Amino acid sequence: MDPQIIIARRVAKELKSGNLVNLGIGIPTLVANYVPSDLKVFFQSENGLIGTGPIPEQGMSHPLLTDAGGRPISALPGAATFDSAMSFGLIRGGHVDVTVLGGLQVDAQGHLANWMIPGKMVPGMGGAMDLVSGAKRVIVAMQHAAKGKSKIVPKCTLPLTSARPVSLVVTDMAVIGFPDGKATLLETAPGVSVGEVLAVTEAELAVPDQVPEMKL
Amino acid sequence: MKAVSVEEAIGLIPAGASIMVGGFMGVGTPERLLDELVRQNKTGFSLICNDAATPGKGVGKLFDAGQVSKLTATHIGLNPKAQQQMLGSQIAVDLVPQGTFVERIRAGGCGLGGVLTPTGVGTLVAEGKRQIEVDGKPFLLETAIRAQFALVHAFLADYLGNLTYVLTARNFNPIMAMAADTVIVSAEHIVPVGVIAPDHVVTPGPLVDYLITNG
Repeated sequence: MDPQIIIARRVAKELKSGNLVNLGIGIPTLVANYVPSDLKVFFQSENGLIGTGPIPEQGMSHPLLTDAGGRPISALPGAATFDSAMSFGLIRGGHVDVTVLGGLQVDAQGHLANWMIPGKMVPGMGGAMDLVSGAKRVIVAMQHAAKGKSKIVPKCTLPLTSARPVSLVVTDMAVIGFPDGKATLLETAPGVSVGEVLAVTEAELAVPDQVPEMKL
Repeated sequence: MKAVSVEEAIGLIPAGASIMVGGFMGVGTPERLLDELVRQNKTGFSLICNDAATPGKGVGKLFDAGQVSKLTATHIGLNPKAQQQMLGSQIAVDLVPQGTFVERIRAGGCGLGGVLTPTGVGTLVAEGKRQIEVDGKPFLLETAIRAQFALVHAFLADYLGNLTYVLTARNFNPIMAMAADTVIVSAEHIVPVGVIAPDHVVTPGPLVDYLITNG
C-alpha cells in the first residue's frame, strides 16, 4: 500500500461521529477520503467554512468557494460560513475536536516543528500555531523518515510550532503516542516489525509488551 | 459613504501608505482596486494581508509590480516572487500566526490595545514580546494593528454602503472594514437599499467611506 494511504487510512480511524475536524495541507487532506460514509464528521476549512465537501463536479465550482489553499471545493447541506475571527476563535477556543497536520520533525516529548527551515524554506506558519495551541487533539500525519533520516528526533532542531505537545503521530511505519510525556510505540504498520521501527527512529521510543499492528 | 470611481478612490492612497487588503489566497480580494493600484504605480506600500496570493492574482499583482516594501502576513509560501523579494531583503516581512493576525486587526478596529493569546508561547513568535500569566496560564501580549486604508471586497453593497459577503470570500474583509482610517469597498453587485435585510447586514454602511461605482 502507498505510504501516504496507510497514514491517511489510520488517521481516519481516530475520527468520531460529531467531531469538528480541521485537516492541514498534504497527507492530512487525504484523510477525508477514508472516513466511512456513516460517520458524521464536520470538516472545517480555516478560510471560513464548516461543512467542506468534495471537489465539485466539472463546471459546478464557484470562484468564491475554496479551501485554504485556494482550490475549489463544495459545501455540504448544513454548511456554515464565517469570517476569520470566528474561524480562529473556533480553533484557538478549543471548539475543534481534532486537527491533523503534516510535520517536519516531532521530538521525544511530542513537540512539533512544521513551519520553517531557517535559511531554506520560510513560507510562514499560516494557521498551524493556532491549531496546535487550541485544538482538543492534535494528530501529526507524516512519513516516518525523509531521505533516510528519521523525522522522530530526540529534540527538535527546527523552530517549534507550539510549546504544547501533540497527541498522536501516525506514520507509514508506526503510531506513536506520548503517555506521561514520553514517546511510546503504540502500533506498527502492516508488515513492519518493532525492530524495524526502532532501527529508523532517532528518538528513544518506549515499547510496551504488546505492540499491535495497525487496523486499516 | 461616498460613491466614487475606482480611479478617484485609489488616487487618495499616497505612496508609502499602510494598506490592509481582504482576501484569502486571492479569494475575496478586491481585484478592481488592486488593478487600479498597479496602474497608478505608486510604491513603498506597507501591506497587511493574510498571504501574498500567487503571481498575477490578488495582492500578488503588487509584488509583480514591486510596489510593496513591508508585508505583514501569515503565509507567503505560494508566491515565489514574494519569497524572492523577502530573501533578497527588498521587502521586510513580519510573519504572524493567522489567529493572532486576525485578532490584532480586530483589536485595532474595536478600540483595544491588543489581545492575549496562547498561540506562539515558547516559539520564535514570542521573541521580544511580553508574556503575561492569567490564572496560571501563559499568554503573549499581541498589539493591535490598524492601517491608513482598508481595501475590502463585498458580494452585495446597497446605496448606503451596507455590505454582505458570500461563501469563503468573507474571511478578513469585515474585520478589516473596521480597522482603517479610510475604507474603500468594491462589491460584485450594488443593490437598492432594502435588498439586504437588516439581519443580513454584516458590515453596516457607516463603516464604509468609499464605494466604487460600476463601469
